[in-house]
Amino acid sequence: MSAPEIFSYDRDESGIVTLTMDMPGRSQNVWGQASIDAFSAVLDRLAGDDAATGVIVTSGKKDFLAGADLQAIRQMTIPGRSAEELAATSDALGAQLRRLETCGKPVVAAINGTALGGGFELCLACHRRIVVDSPRIQLGLPESGLGLLPGAGGTQRLPRLIGIRNSLMPLMEGKRLRPGKALKLGMVDEAVPADQLLDAARAWLATEPPATQPWDNKGFEPPGGDMSNPQNNSMMMVSAAMYTARTFGNYPAGAAILSCVSEGLRLPLDQALLVEQRYFVKLLLDPVARNMVRTLFLSMQEANKLARRPEGPARKAPKKIGVLGAGLMGAGIAYVAAKSGIEVVIIDRDEEQAAKAAAYATAREDKGIARRRSTPEKKAAILGRIHPTTDYSKLEGCDVVVEAVFEDRDVKAAVTKAADAVLGDDAVFGSNTSTLPITGLAEASSRPARFIGLHFFSPVERMPLVEVITGAQTDDATLAWALDFVQALGKTPIVVRDARGFYTSRVFGTYVTEGMVMLEEGITPALIENAGKRSGMPMPPLSLADQVGLTLMAQVGRQTRADLGDAAPANPSTPVLEKMVFALDRGGARGGRGFYDYSEQGKQLWPGLGEHWPRAAAQPSAEALVERFLLVQVLEAIRCVEEGVISDAGDVDVGAILGWGFAAYTGGPLSYVDTHGAAQVLARAEALTAELGDRFAPPALLREMAAAGSTFYPTE
Amino acid sequence: MTECYIYDAVRTPRGKKRNGALNTVRPVWLGRTVLAALRDRNDLDTSLVDDVVFGCVEPVKEQGGNIARIAALYADYAQTVPGVQVNRFCASGLVATNMAAAAVMSGQADMTIGGGVESMSRVPMGSSRGPWATDPQVATHTRFVPQGISADLVATLYGFSRQDCDALAARSQARAAAAWADRRFDRSIVPVSDENGLAILRTDEHMRPGTTAESLGKLRASFAKMGAEYGFDDVALQRYPELERINHVHHAGNSSGIVDGAAAILVGSREAGERAGLKPRARIRGFADIGSEPTIMLTGPADASAKALKRAGLQASDIDLWEVNEAFSAVVLRFAQALSVSHDIINVNGGAIAMGHPLGATGAIILGTLLDEMERRDLTLGCATLCVGAGMGTATIIERVDA
Repeated sequence: MSAPEIFSYDRDESGIVTLTMDMPGRSQNVWGQASIDAFSAVLDRLAGDDAATGVIVTSGKKDFLAGADLQAIRQMTIPGRSAEELAATSDALGAQLRRLETCGKPVVAAINGTALGGGFELCLACHRRIVVDSPRIQLGLPESGLGLLPGAGGTQRLPRLIGIRNSLMPLMEGKRLRPGKALKLGMVDEAVPADQLLDAARAWLATEPPATQPWDNKGFEPPGGDMSNPQNNSMMMVSAAMYTARTFGNYPAGAAILSCVSEGLRLPLDQALLVEQRYFVKLLLDPVARNMVRTLFLSMQEANKLARRPEGPARKAPKKIGVLGAGLMGAGIAYVAAKSGIEVVIIDRDEEQAAKAAAYATAREDKGIARRRSTPEKKAAILGRIHPTTDYSKLEGCDVVVEAVFEDRDVKAAVTKAADAVLGDDAVFGSNTSTLPITGLAEASSRPARFIGLHFFSPVERMPLVEVITGAQTDDATLAWALDFVQALGKTPIVVRDARGFYTSRVFGTYVTEGMVMLEEGITPALIENAGKRSGMPMPPLSLADQVGLTLMAQVGRQTRADLGDAAPANPSTPVLEKMVFALDRGGARGGRGFYDYSEQGKQLWPGLGEHWPRAAAQPSAEALVERFLLVQVLEAIRCVEEGVISDAGDVDVGAILGWGFAAYTGGPLSYVDTHGAAQVLARAEALTAELGDRFAPPALLREMAAAGSTFYPTE
Repeated sequence: MTECYIYDAVRTPRGKKRNGALNTVRPVWLGRTVLAALRDRNDLDTSLVDDVVFGCVEPVKEQGGNIARIAALYADYAQTVPGVQVNRFCASGLVATNMAAAAVMSGQADMTIGGGVESMSRVPMGSSRGPWATDPQVATHTRFVPQGISADLVATLYGFSRQDCDALAARSQARAAAAWADRRFDRSIVPVSDENGLAILRTDEHMRPGTTAESLGKLRASFAKMGAEYGFDDVALQRYPELERINHVHHAGNSSGIVDGAAAILVGSREAGERAGLKPRARIRGFADIGSEPTIMLTGPADASAKALKRAGLQASDIDLWEVNEAFSAVVLRFAQALSVSHDIINVNGGAIAMGHPLGATGAIILGTLLDEMERRDLTLGCATLCVGAGMGTATIIERVDA
């Protein structure tokens, strides 16, 4: 008996050949060397099959085809590949899709499940696309999110199918679309119930449709015209500007996609596909794609699969959790848990406070309903799972409790004790603290082995990261069950060892601090802010400081100095913070004035900054400031690794991007080091230390790596 | 080097874009008109002309296919007179004249004509838009923004307020009105007539006399919306990150008018002029073209003038009279600031804000306007300069001659 094939080939009495893709031993169909070769063989067979009258392409799995296989993706993250090598191999899939498109028989894609990336490009190469109308199905070309483009004809077929104007959003933003939306855009032709899918495909073939794509016919013009239409040229002008404004030249994929469309839609398809390949190879050669694929795809997948979970303890999906504190964070955690199907007991000091959790969930769900992302039924179910109370005894039977009360040791200790009195031996107690060391907080617990840090980010329903922090006494089972909990919430965990500031707050703080130090040096405030944006951080540092709250930061600083005395680490932002908050009474955005003045019209940098921190005669370039912003964070991240605060390179990078929006195009702090080379980073750190001070002092680990020529990630 | 002299300068009146008198006039007719005028006024044997160089910034459709040569044929110039169309955007008319003069100065020609044609109503701006704005690689690489954004960027970077810009615009209108009333353009203006010799337009019709800074203050800034919604402001700030935001100050009332028009300037060597029985009016002292930062685009005049002055062994203070094209108010304000030139000697008879800027012709129009006024005031040295798209600038220095 022969091995099961990737594609089955079934021809019926009327000559319709159904190709069903069902890769053996895998839960998903993916494009890789084996499946492309198998597809080529199937096309060979089809070419020789005189009895074939039409073709249906479908999948035997839940999803249709969700992208490339891991091996192919890992290949993309290896540096040093040549343009020749890439040009020779990158169009393997595209060549087969062109064969399918021109095979001489009408081909219909019966899309029974999610089709993304190369999977959707397969659909585009078919002459008809019929999808099951199910909300769990996603369609799209998400390559841009990884610094790539759909290089198997996606940039050429989509605009020819639905017009240049309508194709730009799906290509540039890479959104995953539901069948209804895809149908509206014209990306699919029909959306039908699941049990009618194959009938609909056969019905279309029965109409004896042409076996050619519209774009292979003479005189073809895409909807809205091609690039000879001046309106499309104007649209390119605007699209290019909006893309530049958003990305600061840091993400080459968008410009490459625009160029594929702009240049390709002046040419017949075969020539246009050559242009697409050139831009695809260009992106593959660029470190941005390597870094984003590694961190945002591979490392993130690892983290989501709980690669850091201790093996012993059995998996535990929590059914009931408790949340202590119904403030912004507590309410957010409760909402997310309830959305994930978990019963939530949420406790606060009085009924009114506790009820805020229900109000928070209600507001979010109402917004969701207005945007048709939720329904009244779903909302009712979610609210039905949130149980506000003041009664700690209701915590009985909770698998996990998350403490999200004030950042005050005494308050935290009190609620910890109250909860411990009720909880079972295996219940995990997680603190959402962002600043207080876990080991110290665990001292208030009667079950310190079950105490762990679960640092969520705001707003909880939108931020995917949870920083899981093990205290000195936290045991393996607790860590394992805490990770199970994060996974049940649909979030991405990183594992960190207890230390002041943990990982995310500590490293992120250096960015904000650097902005304030620049102000003190007399650098023009607008230049500081624009450089912050240019470095790829989601918000410029002074604006961010205002949002976090200058008063809060100044108070935390004073508290730290009170706690640690002389052992307190020097914080270079202290002079600016102290002056802003205590001398100038400018506490931040909440009070309407910080580094910016806030009004209904918007915000504006406070003109008084120039008076208190006079402009230096010589101003640095924006590039110099960008390097400072990135390097100060990178070096702090390396120190965290060196100190054992965080040990997994993927966690460092995923945590940076997901946790505080570190410049995604770099792939994260450690990817930044690998990209530039440890020797280069060391040289820059030494130069900046001499110029600006010890916060740029290179850690020993960096010196070692520079001397050994080693990298954080494998290079082959 | 052979000295090159300006013998005559003519221009059509400028027709406005919407419901303008020249909307019904083909650009090749405008070109024919000015070439015929040069011939007829000077009783010129056109076989003496070695080349016709015309600026035209949208050289497509009705203005395509080398309108210089075609207009010369249409004007019944001797068929031995070739022609060529050039495009350095807004300075094309001056560049054309410089190139025509350069052929003489290098000894490769004796007598040439420079000038330009542009019918912005019939062949609109953007008709021949190329890769700078629309090729995604080029546009992102060069941080392209449209010129209105650039103008507002100039105002922001160099500290010119909305009021400053409106005041300059109002002054342009007042000066143009006064100049026309005083008939100071009589020597250069050639009316545009129809096939039957009936006049279609005799005066610049874009002017709005009675415009005040107050009345201009009511107009909405034209480029604020596009700057915000299309990302152009952010792109500009990526080049100028020391700025927090762009202050949008320009609008139709303080920017150059979109109009139709043509101009031609007859230049040649001393001998060629004598052969033709012509008296030289001025000598071309020198000219220069420069490139400057393309995102801000419009700061070229000061640099181009400085380069021309240096080559001519002159300083800005030596120049008695200036024409600085009023592409946008901030352009002129910045020029005056950069070279410390008084507005009393810049655009004294108004400028393109009042009378319009027919792209390919303006450079030659302002050179003629400069020369006319230098004669009227009995001045010696003058300089005409224009800012240019994609960050360029052109300047030409002329010196009056006592025949």
